[in-house]
Amino acid sequence: MWKDHLLTAKQLSRGDVETVLDRAGEIAADPEAVRGRLDGRLLGLLFFEPSTRTKMSFETAAKRLGGGVVDMGSVESSSVKKGESLADTVRVIEGYADALVLRHPSQGAATMASEFVDVPIINAGDGAGHHPTQTLLDLYTIRETAGLDGLSIGIMGDLKYGRTVHSLAHALTNFDVHQHFVSPESLRLPRSVRYDLHQAGANVREHEDLSAVLPTLDVLYVTRIQRERFPDENEYHAIAGEYRIDADVLADAPEDLAIMHPLPRVDEIAPEVDETAHARYFEQAHNGVPVRMALLDLMLP
Amino acid sequence: MTETNHELRVSKIRNGTVIDHVAGGQALNVLAILGIDGSGGETVSLGMNVPSDRLGRKDVVKVEGRELSQSEVAVLSLIAPDATINIIREYEVVEKLRVERPDRVVGVLACPNRNCITAADEPVESKFDVLENGVRCAYCETIVRESIAEHLAAN
Repeated sequence: MWKDHLLTAKQLSRGDVETVLDRAGEIAADPEAVRGRLDGRLLGLLFFEPSTRTKMSFETAAKRLGGGVVDMGSVESSSVKKGESLADTVRVIEGYADALVLRHPSQGAATMASEFVDVPIINAGDGAGHHPTQTLLDLYTIRETAGLDGLSIGIMGDLKYGRTVHSLAHALTNFDVHQHFVSPESLRLPRSVRYDLHQAGANVREHEDLSAVLPTLDVLYVTRIQRERFPDENEYHAIAGEYRIDADVLADAPEDLAIMHPLPRVDEIAPEVDETAHARYFEQAHNGVPVRMALLDLMLP
Repeated sequence: MTETNHELRVSKIRNGTVIDHVAGGQALNVLAILGIDGSGGETVSLGMNVPSDRLGRKDVVKVEGRELSQSEVAVLSLIAPDATINIIREYEVVEKLRVERPDRVVGVLACPNRNCITAADEPVESKFDVLENGVRCAYCETIVRESIAEHLAAN
């Protein structure tokens, strides 16, 4: 099997990433070839937090491979509401499904869950920690657009709490990429991620202002700055406004700049950008299906 | 031998462990990290801020009737990296243990990240990987560099 569990992007080597992306490419080119691959298999969906794209694309991936899903449903309708621990929940559902996809508000939840079960755990987001399957579809999209080496990639927005950012930053250390992190001081990368990037010898710079670096970028990965991170509403609006992409900002962008976003967006990318050749975020979301099909193909026995 | 004279401020023990060269002011944390709170009945003597040629000020901890294991010594290294540990039998030093930093400590520290899964009500012990300069939660990856003793798990 490719991996026992997928918990963080840190556990992925360059070869691991390429295995998934290559498989995803094959599946996208010829979906018929894998029809029936998961015949009779069930994927357990445990989403302790809301999700649209991640949950639906995993469900789509499982069904397109001929498998099915068993869904815990919302926390309100489950035994979690009665105080059941995560450790107990995963040990129960392990008996129903061949692999578990877990999203949970606590950091480290997937790692802990993996200690209690024998079926594969796939981390679909653990608080402000990691989101490795998002990263794989991000890398797939980047590779389709610009390749994965010799790139300059800007990552902007909430770098402190953004789990998609943390996983992407880790994974990019496997490639010849200059990473430019653009955020207000209060939302800089957390110490733990900066430590890992340093240990990996990554080529990293941090900026508070996008304009200085925008003309040099091949890819700009935008994330949402969340209102609840700021005690003061005015401060939120002032900061969010500085990290918004619209036609005026893009006047200084390279012609072939790809703009990505894990979605959902609120207003950090103006709708007018959707119609430009820069916009890749819907294509990026669609890539979630072949990439997650590839993962399930590789991880389920 | 001024240091020997100063050590005499704390009485000799017959059988047990002497933890010497603990950084000044850390003796109570040493006891906490070893889970020694007096309830086990051991006789414990403390010398705090004793003048030391090597450290300026040091603490000394003497525990009667208890020999520290190598794994307990490993945990000690987090807050007392310069400590020397002498196992005493019949007033004689029979073994000197070296303080070595372990790769991981389990169940000793509590993660300061309130969003860490170990802070939720789960049946799991804390685990920290030991870095060159600090420790790191094996679950949420939070790095603690300063005041590690403040994060001792409640016994």
